[in-house]
Amino acid sequence: MKLDRMNRRLFLKGSAMAGAGLAMPTILTSRARAQDFTNAPKGSSVTLGFNVPQTGAYADEGADELRAYKLAVKHLNGEGDGGMLNTFSSKALKGNGVLGKKVEYVTGDTQTKSDAARASAKRMIERDGALMITGGSSSGVAIAVQGLCQESGVIFMAGLTHSNDTTGKDKKANGFRHFFNAYMSGAALAPVLKNAYGTDRKAYHLTADYTWGWTQEASIKAATEALGWETVETVRTPLGAGDFSQYITPVLNSGADVLILNHYGKDMVNSLTQAVQFGLRDKTVNGKQFEVVVPLYSRLMAQGAGKAVKGIFGSTNWHWSLQDEGSKAFVKSFGQEYGFPPSQAAHTCYVQTLLYADAAERAGSFNPCEIVAALEDFEFDGLGNGPTLYRGADHQCFKKVLVVRGKENPESEFDILEVYDEVPAEQVTYAPDHEMFAGGNLGSCNTGGA
Amino acid sequence: MDAILLQVLNGLDKGGAYALIALGLTLVFGTLGVVNFAHGALFMLGAFVAVVVNRLLQIETVKLDETKLTPWGTPTEIRTPVVQDWLGDFGAFLVQYSVPLSILAAIPVMLLVGWVMERGLIRFFYRRPHAEQILVTFGLAIVLQEIIKAFFGANPIPLTAPDTMSGSANVGEWFGLGAGLAYPWWRLVYLGFSLALVALVLGFLQFTTYGMVVRAGMQDRQTVGFLGINIERRFTVVFGIAAVVAGVAGVMYTPIVPPNYHMGMDFLVLSFVVVVVGGMGSVTGAVLAGFLLGILQSFASMNEVKQVLPGIDQVIIYLIAVIVLLVRPRGLMGQRGVMES
Repeated sequence: MKLDRMNRRLFLKGSAMAGAGLAMPTILTSRARAQDFTNAPKGSSVTLGFNVPQTGAYADEGADELRAYKLAVKHLNGEGDGGMLNTFSSKALKGNGVLGKKVEYVTGDTQTKSDAARASAKRMIERDGALMITGGSSSGVAIAVQGLCQESGVIFMAGLTHSNDTTGKDKKANGFRHFFNAYMSGAALAPVLKNAYGTDRKAYHLTADYTWGWTQEASIKAATEALGWETVETVRTPLGAGDFSQYITPVLNSGADVLILNHYGKDMVNSLTQAVQFGLRDKTVNGKQFEVVVPLYSRLMAQGAGKAVKGIFGSTNWHWSLQDEGSKAFVKSFGQEYGFPPSQAAHTCYVQTLLYADAAERAGSFNPCEIVAALEDFEFDGLGNGPTLYRGADHQCFKKVLVVRGKENPESEFDILEVYDEVPAEQVTYAPDHEMFAGGNLGSCNTGGA
Repeated sequence: MDAILLQVLNGLDKGGAYALIALGLTLVFGTLGVVNFAHGALFMLGAFVAVVVNRLLQIETVKLDETKLTPWGTPTEIRTPVVQDWLGDFGAFLVQYSVPLSILAAIPVMLLVGWVMERGLIRFFYRRPHAEQILVTFGLAIVLQEIIKAFFGANPIPLTAPDTMSGSANVGEWFGLGAGLAYPWWRLVYLGFSLALVALVLGFLQFTTYGMVVRAGMQDRQTVGFLGINIERRFTVVFGIAAVVAGVAGVMYTPIVPPNYHMGMDFLVLSFVVVVVGGMGSVTGAVLAGFLLGILQSFASMNEVKQVLPGIDQVIIYLIAVIVLLVRPRGLMGQRGVMES
């Protein structure tokens, strides 16, 4: 009798509910799949976000980074001569975009300020649908933007950032750094300084007062003290001091015979120029010739110091005069496009874009977690730095480091530094829990999905 | 003792730059009643006059050598300097002395810039509130520095002092302190130059009839006007003089700090503090405060001082400003009635 109650209306209701119930999982999964991760590409293109300083003191370096990014996009889309795609050891990329999608880009201006950089990255992620953020010319900015990308569920491929903290205490699962760091500069420079200046030296540090300066000071101090050098004094200087005379004159009477300038960009140009004006390099202290060391060189900015850089040691991530196939291909491609050689900032940015695209291609997905897995412990070659490892434990690249010296007889305005030594990766490698990098936690990758 | 002497010299040097910028600022304020935030930009423009002169003197003809290629595959360039080619040793001399010679170019250029700035924009703001003057001149400063950046880039541009003045002077021997104490020649030249320029401007205001009328106008513009003197025009000239002083200070500063588009802003805030400490509108106050703050800043940077008071080097100027304003609200030499209505 009960069946009698099953009239047409009830039957329709019941089957509609059953149908909806059956369909529900597919509706949910298809929605879930579409929103699996932040800014999953829907059309036939993918958007990358290039966040570089376009105004402010690092604007020229930012402009060079942007040139490199545009070149990388061209090569990824199969235009131009292909650059380092031809020498890259991984052959996953075919010059037809990434996973068959055309690569497009948007740009943001970091202004070399953490808050401005976060705001422009946020805009590119939320409004422009950028799937990956890359760029920057300062560690303060890199750390800030890396944190934002982790929260938002996009990949961050750091540009020029040299502070240990970027892949040390502030490391993040969604962030990757190809550029070298302060510890590596110290480890690479120490043997060269020992050979050139001996083991009995007294060093005086002038240090830019922010995250990068502090970690570089600690790194160089540790490396030189291990040689037997004594650190006489470490002095912090405000960013953009302009005139450093009041910090340089105390060096004269300190008994130090080496001045280490933990300055970058405009500060480096000013402090180095003024140290040379004060006759430091002509002095003899403790029976030895007084020396100046600039642990992190930027060829682009060293031009501003003119003749003052001659004979001064430092380190860089890459230099256009390298003769490996990757470097030659990149210099040729960049030089023909723009008429001058690329800077180390341009190189690292170009490489980071290729590495991201290659990881996506190998993973078969733009899902950040799958890209993280593809990049972790990835070994590659042919991108200008020799055999390189993207270490999974801290997302830092391990490769050779260049020790350079200011050239005595430059042949052109770009020919300022000469490569003095190519220090092998083993010599600059450290344990992931090394004390200078301890305290941080990668955490787990974030896709940004619900 | 050595360290103290060196810091005094550093302080005088720094003070010289502060005083020259503050001098112009306070002159413009005292005469036209305008708070000119674009004054730092005039210092920067002066420095770039030196850059332009240097570049003009080093103009090169470029020939392409098709047989030799750069690493990126374009023909190498063979560059020959034109001026040296034409003028031989005299050309080389001109290039050597390009920085001091730039002063000759900077004077007319800065007069023109000052005149255009005053007639074209600032005069419309004489009777507007100070806040509006600050906004418009600050905006002007940003526009000027972005124009310079568009043409010259953001990186510093190296300019060198003539070889004869680029080494270090043995100041230790001059003061009987031993031979080891050296100080860069160019910084001593800069110090002498700033003292001479300050004396020239003060002398002009104090000992010429023109200066006397200007001073009278600063005291009471209306009465001077009633006497049939076109005080407005004289004030325009004063604005031009202030622009020239800032400009040539910028020219001479280039071998000390390689010029970049932002150098004016770096000095501007400090120069305002100098003006406030010296007393708004007081010319001698600005000069005194400039040297005083320069010297104090240098001493505060000594390691012995910083061990006692860490970070004092970065706040000393503002600390002094607070103390001066608490003890003497009108600044060291400020007068009643200035900026008080």
